Amino acid sequence: MADAALHHAAPHGLPGEYEAPLFGAYSKKVGMWLFLASDSLTFGALLFAFSYNRIYTTPWPTPFHVASITNATIMTACLLSSSLTMVMGVFAAQRGDRTWTRNWLLATMAFGTAFIVLHGMEWSKLIDEGLTIPWFLKLGAGASTGELAEVSKNTPQFSATFFGLTAMHMLHVTIGVIYLGVVAFRKWFLPVLGVIWIAGALLIPSTNVFHYPIHALGIALVVAAIILFLKPKDYDAQDVEVAGLYWHFVDLVWMFIFPLVYLMSTKIT
Amino acid sequence: MHDAEADEFTGHDSKGQYFWVWGALLVLTAIEVVLGYKQMFEPVHMLELLLVLSIIKSALIIGYFMHLKFEKAIMRWMLVISVTGCFIIMYFFFFPDAGRVLRLGVH
Repeated sequence: MADAALHHAAPHGLPGEYEAPLFGAYSKKVGMWLFLASDSLTFGALLFAFSYNRIYTTPWPTPFHVASITNATIMTACLLSSSLTMVMGVFAAQRGDRTWTRNWLLATMAFGTAFIVLHGMEWSKLIDEGLTIPWFLKLGAGASTGELAEVSKNTPQFSATFFGLTAMHMLHVTIGVIYLGVVAFRKWFLPVLGVIWIAGALLIPSTNVFHYPIHALGIALVVAAIILFLKPKDYDAQDVEVAGLYWHFVDLVWMFIFPLVYLMSTKIT
Repeated sequence: MHDAEADEFTGHDSKGQYFWVWGALLVLTAIEVVLGYKQMFEPVHMLELLLVLSIIKSALIIGYFMHLKFEKAIMRWMLVISVTGCFIIMYFFFFPDAGRVLRLGVH
């Protein structure tokens, strides 16, 4: 694929016009791979920190009942299916089929959005049951009397590592959905993002954990608008493939979070 | 893009293999969930087993979905060796200390 892509990128009859690539791939792809390599170390450090705490903390809390595991399994299936639709989107882009490229990217975004919604519901449920991070406890907030309130007080390592790791991943999935939206729909995606942001800001109650984080969509709107203003291009097959690399990476990270965080902390009764 | 060019672009791909990989990933996930439900191993062995399954799943995603299997060897090996090397260094930083804490009984 890489060699063929380069063949297309180089203009015929102009030898030496472009410098030979270092790894036999176009620069955007190499750049994305290098970014993903560095990002994998971020997640690697977080996963190692979680596993470290999991090993040395006894007893380790087991807050995930059957409902949580079922929810997380559906979330996993959503991400795996989104990777398949992403691959189909790349194929469609390489065929030059714009309609199906958009359709497949839209399907990928739908699976990603389903993942975020399910994850948000899981977070809200755990927080309602009393799971909160130590920092909030010190502020006097989140002093819940739920089933997991004791876990937050006695084993703060669990809530700190759980929320830290899953929040980082959820942020990546959100960025991924927006990234795909920009690639698929370009400037037409901006009003959609704006409507979702404003609706979320108005509808999410102040007691909900996502009341303030929803404004990340506003920041994303500004960033996406600047990018589209500076480079209002029609994204091609290479752009779709590079966006796909990012999306598959998000899926890949979840393949470690799901077993390590959820399946290692199950309480099946 | 002409059809011939599109064929060249994806010459070594077939869509069918991606459905097989997707199916394999779902089956491996199902195995992980069953292991989680049954809880038939000690936590440390369970951790090792789940990690092995996760590494297999990640290899499938990187190799096929991310297409690294079909990239040039220099790119493939540069990425795999550098990232794996960093993880090995992280492992030696973190886990001997975790074991020491357990042996000393400090919590």
